[in-house]
Amino acid sequence: MHDKSPMPASAVSPTSDGNAVVTTAWPETTGAQALMQALIAEGVTTFFGYPGGAIMPIYDALFDFGDELQHVLVRHEQGAIHAAQGFARASGKTGVVFATSGPGATNLVTGLADALIDSTPLVCITGQVFAHLLGTDAFQETDVINITMPVTKWNCQVTDASELPEAIAKAFYIAASGRPGPVLVDITKNAQLQLFRCPPYQPCTYIRSYRPKPIVRESYIAEAAALINQAEKPFILFGQGVLLGNAEAEFRAFVEKSGIPAAWTLLGLSALPTDHPLNVGMLGMHGNYGPNVLTNSCDVLIAVGMRFDDRVTGRLDKYARQAKVIHLDIDPAEIDKNVKATVPVWGDCKETLPLLTKAIKQKTHPEWLELFRHHTREELETVIEPEMNPMDGPITMAEVIQILNELTQGDAVIVTDVGQHQMVASRYTAFKQTRSNITSGGLGTMGFALPAAIGAKFGAPHRTVVCIAGDGGFQMTLQELGVIQQSGLEVKILVLNNRFLGMVRQWQELFNDRRYSSVDIISPDFPLLASAYGIPGSCVEQREHLHDALVTMMETPGAYLLEVKTGKENNVFPMVPQGCSVSEIRLK
Amino acid sequence: MKKEYTITVYTENQVGLLTRLAILFSRRKINIDSLNTSPSEVPGIHRFTIVINESEDTVRKLARQMEKQVEVLRAFYNAGDEIVWQELALYKVPTDEIAEKVQVERLLREFGARAVVIRKDYTVFETTGHREETDRLIRVLEPYGLIEFVRSARVAIIKASKGFHEQLTDFQQVNSRQSTVDSQ
Repeated sequence: MHDKSPMPASAVSPTSDGNAVVTTAWPETTGAQALMQALIAEGVTTFFGYPGGAIMPIYDALFDFGDELQHVLVRHEQGAIHAAQGFARASGKTGVVFATSGPGATNLVTGLADALIDSTPLVCITGQVFAHLLGTDAFQETDVINITMPVTKWNCQVTDASELPEAIAKAFYIAASGRPGPVLVDITKNAQLQLFRCPPYQPCTYIRSYRPKPIVRESYIAEAAALINQAEKPFILFGQGVLLGNAEAEFRAFVEKSGIPAAWTLLGLSALPTDHPLNVGMLGMHGNYGPNVLTNSCDVLIAVGMRFDDRVTGRLDKYARQAKVIHLDIDPAEIDKNVKATVPVWGDCKETLPLLTKAIKQKTHPEWLELFRHHTREELETVIEPEMNPMDGPITMAEVIQILNELTQGDAVIVTDVGQHQMVASRYTAFKQTRSNITSGGLGTMGFALPAAIGAKFGAPHRTVVCIAGDGGFQMTLQELGVIQQSGLEVKILVLNNRFLGMVRQWQELFNDRRYSSVDIISPDFPLLASAYGIPGSCVEQREHLHDALVTMMETPGAYLLEVKTGKENNVFPMVPQGCSVSEIRLK
Repeated sequence: MKKEYTITVYTENQVGLLTRLAILFSRRKINIDSLNTSPSEVPGIHRFTIVINESEDTVRKLARQMEKQVEVLRAFYNAGDEIVWQELALYKVPTDEIAEKVQVERLLREFGARAVVIRKDYTVFETTGHREETDRLIRVLEPYGLIEFVRSARVAIIKASKGFHEQLTDFQQVNSRQSTVDSQ
């Protein structure tokens, strides 16, 4: 057994400026052991990974840290990184991933890209070939640093163990601070094996060239407040920044004092309870009717922690041209990127929102709010009611979600994949708690849901976690059922099977003259597949059995897979067709 | 409207940072006209000088995205009239041609050039100046059998800049390290 006890205090001799100096009394450890100690010091308890040749010394060191560190063995490295994303999004902590060099590392790329665009804090550790072999096309060598550069917030390679503690400290600091993102540290095998005198772990709190948060400027707060106070038809858009800033309470206070209707982006969902009277629904391509149409009627648009993605704005030159725009964001590069801000409120919304709330007048906007309600009624009649309560025909995805709402009471963590089911689940799921909606937003990664749900369950073990996936996306990462089997994890899996790659089919129907090109997909018997992994399951196709089937799923202890066969050619509406303005949203 | 902008980026000295910056251009399919890396007036701080032809809107977004990189301190962008800039060029020509057919003296004086190497078989001239000036000398030398030509990247000084010492002090103060980007 290796000595993993904390170093004796006498081993450190602080100098007058507070910096520790090297003393020979520092214990000799390998790079791999130092990594374990660093992870523990950073508060890591659970992480996800897959071993291989170039990371073996790290896995060997891990063998001695089983009490403190729980390693979840996935079935594919993409599963590891999506699980870490789910863990991070559910828990608010940084997700950690281990992968070996070469294919292990390249399998992380999709997850890195997903985490970067969705601002998820991750620290990925990859093994690398011995330093002397770098650049020689050694077995399982890839240039991971350069491959991952465009999809990481920061990355670095460690070739000497003495660089390792600082690299890990920087990695954790950069991943979680400011606008969070994925970070990768590539560690050569020699550095993992190398013995060195390891100083006590120092977390990183400052990097000279890195400014996680812009300074809050009083003048912008005042200008923003003045605009809000004189607005007659103000409208709030909120994104994941509210969740990432842990500013749900501050945001709610702002909404309630201002009396302004607020609509969410896909990733902002659950930051404000869905039944809040000022929550007017979802923005964007498949969002609600009112929020889309009225974007082009409001006089002041207040964007909080969101980045005006093209799926939200539709055609930019016809987007909210009449409105003065107040943009609150922690990332200065987001200001004026897509939509020009009249007042840029730089900063962490945890700090800016209370300042703004203080500076605005208590108000209500009953007539303006009534306009939203009017549009809601129209959408309810044309779209929502027929979707939620169909009289006949095949099961719709919306009615599945409605029953799920009834059973979870809005308290579950809902992890969705990508496609029609994702849009339907986002539109109709009721949320009471924050950090309850986990989905791949910016990248739209099919196959995200199952591993992310596994990670979410580890991140929020006391909450009910429901994975909702389509028949296409589920088959992209279904191998992770093995993790559920091995961990005995209680993840509820709902496969909404329309026997098509539904979203692409919908586009082909609407825009390609029903030329259904490569969207007809045959699937295995999903419950039988689950049973091969020791997971109970069932399939339902009849409306009269749907409610009971969902009850069985929720009440069966442990994991459960429920396949629901839904209408083959059902479409998701409303829809803002690509290239159209948000006010050209179609109800059918 | 596209025009020429010179971007000055102050950074830490870090392996791979050049790629991180280059990626920001290549992902937008922007060609870099000229790129120079150099130390700055502050020890330990590096300075990239990058020239591109783009709209101001794009250049502003690029500068913000550069500042977003962990190891980048600041990125400034300037139009041609806001900077003092120079490029250096070398010209290799056959010595006899030059000696016989061109009045070398006149050439040197007119273009502010100087001979760096004079050998029996060839002579290397050097000149510094703006692109048009170094281009003009190519045209003059071409008829006389210009063997080789090379031009350096642009180096530029921002007219309005007071240097980076003060800005760095600001970065190093723990209290003000949350301040940011005034380049609005």
